[in-house]
This record gives sequence, structure tokens and C-alpha cells, in this order.
Amino acid sequence: MVEKSIEEINRRINEGNVNVVTAEEMVGIVGELGAKEAAREVDVVTTGTFGAMCSSGVWLNFGHPEPPMKMNKVFLNGVEAYSGVAAVDAFIGAGQLSETEGFDYGGAHVIEDLIRGKSIDLHATSYGTDCYPRKTLDTTLNIYDLNQAIMINPRNGYQKYNVATNGINRTIYTYMGSLLPNYGNVTYSGAGVLSPLSNDPDYQTIGVGTPIFLGGTKGHIIGEGTQHSPETNFGTLMLRGDLKDMSADYIRAANFHEYGTSLYVGMGIPIPILNEQLAQSTAVTDKDVVTNVLDYGVPSRDRPVLRKVNYEELRSGSIEINGKDTPTSSMSSFKKSREIAGELKKWVATGEFFVNSPSQRLPAKATCKPMRQTTRNPLVQDIMARDVVVIDENATFHEAAKMIMENTFSHLPVVSEDGKLSGIVTAWDISKAVAETGCNYVKDIMTKKVLTSNATDPIDIAARNLDMKEVSAMPVIDNDRYVIGIITSNDISKLFARRR
Amino acid sequence: MMIKINISSNVIGEPILAESMIETRTALNISQAHFDSTYGEIIAEVETDDFKDIRQALESKGAKVTVLDHPIVRDEEECVECGACISVCPAHVFSFDEDWGIAQDIEKCIQCGTCINMCPHHALSLEK
Ligand code: SF4
Ligand code: SF4
Repeated sequence: MVEKSIEEINRRINEGNVNVVTAEEMVGIVGELGAKEAAREVDVVTTGTFGAMCSSGVWLNFGHPEPPMKMNKVFLNGVEAYSGVAAVDAFIGAGQLSETEGFDYGGAHVIEDLIRGKSIDLHATSYGTDCYPRKTLDTTLNIYDLNQAIMINPRNGYQKYNVATNGINRTIYTYMGSLLPNYGNVTYSGAGVLSPLSNDPDYQTIGVGTPIFLGGTKGHIIGEGTQHSPETNFGTLMLRGDLKDMSADYIRAANFHEYGTSLYVGMGIPIPILNEQLAQSTAVTDKDVVTNVLDYGVPSRDRPVLRKVNYEELRSGSIEINGKDTPTSSMSSFKKSREIAGELKKWVATGEFFVNSPSQRLPAKATCKPMRQTTRNPLVQDIMARDVVVIDENATFHEAAKMIMENTFSHLPVVSEDGKLSGIVTAWDISKAVAETGCNYVKDIMTKKVLTSNATDPIDIAARNLDMKEVSAMPVIDNDRYVIGIITSNDISKLFARRR
Repeated sequence: MMIKINISSNVIGEPILAESMIETRTALNISQAHFDSTYGEIIAEVETDDFKDIRQALESKGAKVTVLDHPIVRDEEECVECGACISVCPAHVFSFDEDWGIAQDIEKCIQCGTCINMCPHHALSLEK
């Protein structure tokens, strides 16, 4: 049994004869020497990761203005920062969008701009008190003007992450990037072999107080992250670091098209090799880190798992999905992850960075709980009209017009001879047919690409589909494409009106 | 080089592409094609030496040929070399090099713009 102490390792760091390698290099060393010998040889293994960590933000303390003010609402370059704490503190979250620029600028951009030393417009309002009389404030400041800027990432450094693909027939835009229709591509995140938590999955050395690389400077782990779920290998960390010392090389604002903003955060953890078990766990390879490919086309918390996959397969450039070679994209940068592990290695080797035992271990038993919902989400079947009138595609448009007049519907689902949905006609289509000549039958004037809904879809999803496609009604069909109802944006507005 | 061939409704039913290829003994490597009853658009790669001949042949038959000479531009300062752009590009312009940096085969770009929206760091553009 090889046993080393933190003190021993720190002494070597101090004396300049520490043996520090990156987690990538450790794979080869353990392969060659075996875990026992490797544990004797190697003192510290460095890890690194650089990817989108939406759950990031910065606590800003602005210092007090004259006359003083209890800031109630705070905007930085038009992005709201949370200020429901003391007078001049606010938390700017990476995912908060600008009130004026929408998807193009968010909290993440404010954070990057601060690091780059750019000027930021601060606008604050208040209700005014005897001790804090001021009611509005407008100023321009940069990071050097701030009293403090402390980055806190409530959930960071995921041990591994789900892989995304999309089974529906349109491109979807997610926090995992653009996912092409019909399993057209696959996106993944995480550094595999270099992933900090995959290198010490039992949290032997990673815990409260562990010193880390964060955004180009030294930071700390302050506890387990939110949604920490070690039992499913989805452990997370909560981190702290001083934004004033960070570099835009390792903190980058990001925009996910049609989704929002996020922050790319560079983070790395040194793992002191105290025993051979740690030597073994730091020899983890891309192949050993296994995760699930999920269908993000299903807008549900429980997305279907299509297959299991490891990081070696993901990083090969394509993986097989339903028998087809599908190209993969990484959303996190392996090159940067390597840079971080390398930088951290240099810090340790040159005596600038020491290791530490955690002052408290992270919980090893926990899973992430879903939300308790006390009101039932209404489904399409709860509000759809069931007395839907359909029309045969071989009917004339006169017949269609008559049917619409008699029933005061504005949409008529069209069915083919076997009774299955084949199109939809609206009063507008009919007016158009009257104006143009040569279209006599419903099948000539109907819209063939019909947006449909399932009876068991949640209303929120139906509403989003209507909204996005800018249509006002959708036939509800069963699995065989028989029309069983119709849902209109009118039904939905009425429902929401009732809810308020 | 990449070219775009537009075929308008009056000649859409005719095999002008095949005719031009046979006539000039030139191979067109078609990477994208969109057709409906009124309009056709083809993106294809052609050897630079053959370009003049094939353009003449196609244009004499009523097609319009444009050279696509503004391929994708990557701002290396903004780019973090994540690789998000790799899987969405229909022309396989991007790939990882041996150091996990981004390699580009710009010649292949058909200027569809798909990668621009995919890039989380606004590092890609089709500049004019
Ligand atoms: S514009 Fe982008 S996605 Fe389209 S071909 Fe060029 S590089 Fe590929
Ligand atoms: S998606 Fe953007 S940041 Fe990522 S590698 Fe491509 S160009 Fe670079």
C-alpha cells in the first residue's frame, strides 16, 4: 500500500521536486507502471474542462453612492442583476437576457465585458428610505471601480453530461446547440479523460475548500453544486473565484441560437495522489466515461434514451444512431481543457499552487429530485373540441365553403378516402380559390403540410407550436392519423384567461 | 471552386445540366440542389480550369452561374475551438486537427450559413 500525505506533497511542491502530470498523461503512466508504482511516482494529477456552464454568475458589490441608496432593481448594460439582498450587492447571472437586445446580449456578456475592463452602464432604482434616501442612480463603471466582483457558480464541473440529438422533423434550438432533424447530428459536452470529477469520482480529495483553477486564477470549491447527483454519476460543484483576477481566455460569453446566453468557464482541479486507488481513478480514459444519448426532440423532462455512448466514440467524429453514422459536435473545447490542465500543472510544478484536504467531504449519496407540481398540467384533450367536422379531399370548395358557413368553424381538416388526415382548409383558402380559377376541389386548395397535435400533449407545447408556426388551429389526431378533435389558439387563450 | 447555378422556370424541364457536362466533358460535383416546379438552384464544385467552359455552356442554355467566392470566415480570437460547427456543416468544412484545434477546408464551403447560428461565440461569418 502506498500512502502519501498532503503535507508530504506540499513539501515537494515547496522544494520544487513535485511530480505533476495531467490526467491525460496519467493514463499512460498507470498503463505502464501499474497503479501502485504510479502512486509512488506521481504526486499530483491535473484536470481541466472548458464548456458552457449556464449556472454561473458574479456577486458584485458596487460600494455606496452619495447619498446612499438601497438598490432595488439593478441593470448592467440593460441586463437585470438580482438585488434582493443588501443595499449595494447584486448577482448577475450568465443566462439573464438584456431587456433591449434579447438573445444577443446577456449576463454572460456583461461578465466578459467586465473582465475585459470595458465600461458598463449601471442603472438602479429604489423606493427610498430614511437611511437610504436615494431613488435612482445612473453611472458608468468598470471592473476596477467595483468594490468586489466574486464569481459564484452554483452548479459547475458536471462529472459528465447527456448527449443530445433530435428525432423530430425540424431543427430544434437548445442549450446543446442546433440539433438537425431526424437524428441529423449529435452534440455533447465534457472533457472525458480530463473531466475533474471523473478523475476522483469518490470525492476522496475534491471537497469543500479544494483549491482550483477558475477562469485563469485560483479559486475554491465551496460545496456540492445544485442538482448534485453522484448516484447517477452526475456530480456537480459549487465554485468561487475573484473575477478581478480572471482572464477572458478562460471566461467567455456565449449565445445559443434561439435559446439564450451562457458562459463558457474554464476550470481545473489538481488531484493529489495519496494512494493507489487515486492513481487508478485518475487513469480514467475517454472510453471509461459513459453517458446517454437523449432525444431532445421530445419536450419532456424524461427524454427517451436512444443508446449509451462513451467519450471515445463521441470524439471520433461520428456515432451510430438507428444504424446511421451521425456526425458529432462538441460544445466544450478539449483544446482549452488541455490548456487548463497544462497551466495548472505548471502552477503546481513551479510552487505557485498547493494542494489541500477538503475541510468537508461532498455528499456521495444524493440524486436530483424533480419538482413537485400541485396543479395538473392541462392536456390538449382537456380543452380540444371533439365535435370536429371533417371534409373529404374530393369535395368541391363550394361544399367546403358551405360547411364552414353552417358550422361557423374557420378551419376544416381534410381527410382522404381512408378517413385519415391529409390536409386542412381555411376560409382564407376558399376565398383564394374563388379569386383564382382552376381550383375546384378541396384537395387543390388545401394546405398539405398540416401542423397536428396529440390528445395527450401538454397545452404548453400545443401553444408553443401554434405560436411558432403562426397558425391558429391544429387538428388533433390519433396514432393512425384519424382526426379526433381540433384545438385552436382561441381555446388556449380562454384557458389561460381562466387561470389568472 | 464552388459555383451556384440558377435555373429559371422556362428551362427547368430541360436536361441542361447533363447536356452542359457532356458537351464540355466537365464533371460537376453537386453538393446541394433545390428544385420545385418554378425554380432550381444547384451548388456544385468545379475544377478552376473547367469553369469558363461550363459557365458558357450553362449560360447559353438559359441558366445563371455565380461564383461563390465568399466562403466562411472564422475569427480566431473569438473561436474557442469547441467544434460545435463541425456536425451541422453539410459540406464538411470543419474538423478537429490532431491537437483538437479546428481545421477548415474552406474550398468546400457552399455558403449556406448553417454554421453561423450554431457557433456559440459568434466567431463565424460570411463576409462580403
Ligand atoms: S456556410 Fe458554414 S455550414 Fe455552410 S458550407 Fe460553409 S462552412 Fe459549412
Ligand atoms: S462553433 Fe464557433 S467557437 Fe466553436 S469551433 Fe466552431 S467557430 Fe470556433
